[in-house]
Amino acid sequence: MDHFPGTWGRPRNDVYGAYNPQYLQTTGPKTHTSSPAVTGTSVIGVKFNGGVVLATDNLASYGSLARFTDVKRLRVFGDKAVVGFGGDVSDMQYIDRLLESIDIRENYSSNGNMLNAKNLHTYLAKVFYKRRSEFNPLWNHVLVAGFDGEGKPFLSSADLLGTTFSAPHLATGFGAHLAVPILRRLFPEETPIEEISREQAVSALKDCLKVLFYRDARSLDKYSIAVITQDGIDLKEDEQIEGQSWAFAERIKGYGAQTN
Amino acid sequence: MTSITGHPAGGEGIGYSFSQPTAAPVKQHGFYPYTDNGGSTLGITGSDFAILAGDTRSTSGYNINSRMVPKVFKIGGDDETGEGAQIVLSVVGFAADGNALKERLDAVVKMYKYQHGKPMSVSACAQRLSTILYGKRFFPYYVHAILAGLDEEGKGALYSYDPVGSYEREQCRAAGAAASLIMPFLDNQVNFKNQYIPGSGEGHALEAKKAEPLPQTHVEQLVRDAFTSAVERHIEVGDNLQMMIITREGIKEVFHPLKKD
Amino acid sequence: MPGFDFSNYNRNAALHARGVPLPKATSTGTTIVGCIYDNGVVIAADTRATSGPIVADKNCEKLHYIAPKIWCAGAGTAADTEFTTALISSNVELHSLSTGRDPRVITCMTMLKQHLFRYQGHIGAYLVVAGVDPTGIGLYTVHAHGSTDKLPYVTMGSGSLAAMSVFESMWQPDLDKDGAVKLCAEAIKAGIFNDLGSGSNVDVCIIEKDKPTQLLRNYEKPNERGQKERNYRFPRGTTAWLNQKVISKEDMKKYVTIETLSGDSNLAEKMDVDS
Repeated sequence: MDHFPGTWGRPRNDVYGAYNPQYLQTTGPKTHTSSPAVTGTSVIGVKFNGGVVLATDNLASYGSLARFTDVKRLRVFGDKAVVGFGGDVSDMQYIDRLLESIDIRENYSSNGNMLNAKNLHTYLAKVFYKRRSEFNPLWNHVLVAGFDGEGKPFLSSADLLGTTFSAPHLATGFGAHLAVPILRRLFPEETPIEEISREQAVSALKDCLKVLFYRDARSLDKYSIAVITQDGIDLKEDEQIEGQSWAFAERIKGYGAQTN
Repeated sequence: MTSITGHPAGGEGIGYSFSQPTAAPVKQHGFYPYTDNGGSTLGITGSDFAILAGDTRSTSGYNINSRMVPKVFKIGGDDETGEGAQIVLSVVGFAADGNALKERLDAVVKMYKYQHGKPMSVSACAQRLSTILYGKRFFPYYVHAILAGLDEEGKGALYSYDPVGSYEREQCRAAGAAASLIMPFLDNQVNFKNQYIPGSGEGHALEAKKAEPLPQTHVEQLVRDAFTSAVERHIEVGDNLQMMIITREGIKEVFHPLKKD
Repeated sequence: MPGFDFSNYNRNAALHARGVPLPKATSTGTTIVGCIYDNGVVIAADTRATSGPIVADKNCEKLHYIAPKIWCAGAGTAADTEFTTALISSNVELHSLSTGRDPRVITCMTMLKQHLFRYQGHIGAYLVVAGVDPTGIGLYTVHAHGSTDKLPYVTMGSGSLAAMSVFESMWQPDLDKDGAVKLCAEAIKAGIFNDLGSGSNVDVCIIEKDKPTQLLRNYEKPNERGQKERNYRFPRGTTAWLNQKVISKEDMKKYVTIETLSGDSNLAEKMDVDS
């Protein structure tokens, strides 16, 4: 029996050799997300007379693997705001939990008015900016759609660096390259959004989703679409891209001299 | 041996007088907290006014994020629209930092008025902005800021900053992507650099043209010409021109269309 | 000796290893497209050339001649597209002369890809090759590494996605000439207005069976510069000088040959000069 209680119950040094205290180390370097893992691709959105439409496909990729094919990337906040998420899906779920707790807190508070989409966007942009300043980013690029304080349609973007901007039509990821040119052609910036009908906006987004499915290798033909108006949110989460055309493929033979 | 890069030559390899490139370092995909959102800003002062202008294009890479993202802000206004403000700030570079900086300065100027019962002077605000920028010396706000207003004598005042808070009062300054295109034009047209008075002397006796404050309409024309020309030769500048004109009567904000290609 | 001169390779590798940057080439950060129609093929390009973020040329030509009925649109390093198409154009002509036949698009495309593959991507030419020949209508893309593609509509360059979005949402299988030209111009405009690497005007080239090829230079000019607000003419004597020496026109003939041009002032591109 030794007189050092600190060694009681431990493997004896004279039998097992000195204990390697390295295994007890609990303080290692703190690690952060330095690249996203499971990701969603584009989010696209347009303002129209009296509201906003937002759409994403239902795919979550793991690198080049189409890992989850039924992931809802449009999240509803309150009764008049929707957030569309691109980028890391786990960070999306974390932000979703944040938003849920805010929603609950706001509903319990006595000042009747709910946070609108503009408030929500400001909040999210500040969360993103804070996290990037801590070198611990939330790896997302989001679009926030709904209404501002004056009840006018609102559509704005925020990304992992805290960069924000708004326009009558926006898209993240591959959509910024492929969908925005289509939307700018259909609805030029100088035409007021009052001249764009809900039907036009929805059909334009469907066209964009189709082009994205043709050309974005990380996309899917199943999608979600949310129409936000003063009457509420019309969210459909299990839609299918229609009217695809692959007939041209039959006539293509090879990449050079091959003719049959 | 001296090399043209100033580094000592350090090659050990046979037959080479230079160091052989070693195997590429392990590529680590890190997180870089900055980005460049392009665009350009410009400020010119006169005897009783100051003008701050910027284009409204926001870019990332070869993409246009939006054609309408203002870079010039009213500081210390009474409400959300900036009504009642007497100071104007422009920020160009990393837009998220620019916004954060704008909001901090706006809060500071508002608190000053609340605590002292009088608006903050432009010179005090200028000094405070420098302190705010230097406060993030080792994680800087990646922006070139320009602050404008009227000084205690009612003259146009313009202060320009580097990202870590070095600042200077000037007659005119261009910042951002097309600064190197616009600034020489300003030197020549506002401060009359490289301009001499014809027939005023021979050789070294020739008299340089003296800079003097320009009238407001003249300056507005210079600003518009500077931007339409920058749009021609810089891909990140375009869409719209935002101008804030600060006079004794208040701040007037005007927009002009620029080319969209 | 024909071909490239590599004698500076070691010197340049040494300088590069010591941190001297490579010289920056003018690139045609570009939108180029091509589209076939019932009786021929249309190719189109924007006219902006860039060097980094600076516009090097506001109205350059990116549609290159290969043969009377084979034309090529080039993206990538300006010099590479220029020299590669010129070289292949020569060889196509020699080949046509020695065979006594009209040149074929597939021949030209194969010569381009074999040339580019040999240089493993170091020749930064990204091309759209189009034309009509005795076998029919041809439209191909050739990448700098030597891969090729054959499709009814193609896009390349930094504006390729913007242009492709137009084709993918508006293209139809039974286009006529007018429809193809309009569609190509629309695709180029999508590049001009959405891609910072592309800008200025639209050039179009129409190659049709049994008809002469039409090069429609500046088919559309959607980006004309407005009038400047001030006049920037300096009074004579504004620039300082220390001494002067006057050479008369007679004396000048000792140093140079003087030839006075007459006639059409549109012969050369006129420079913008303030009046």
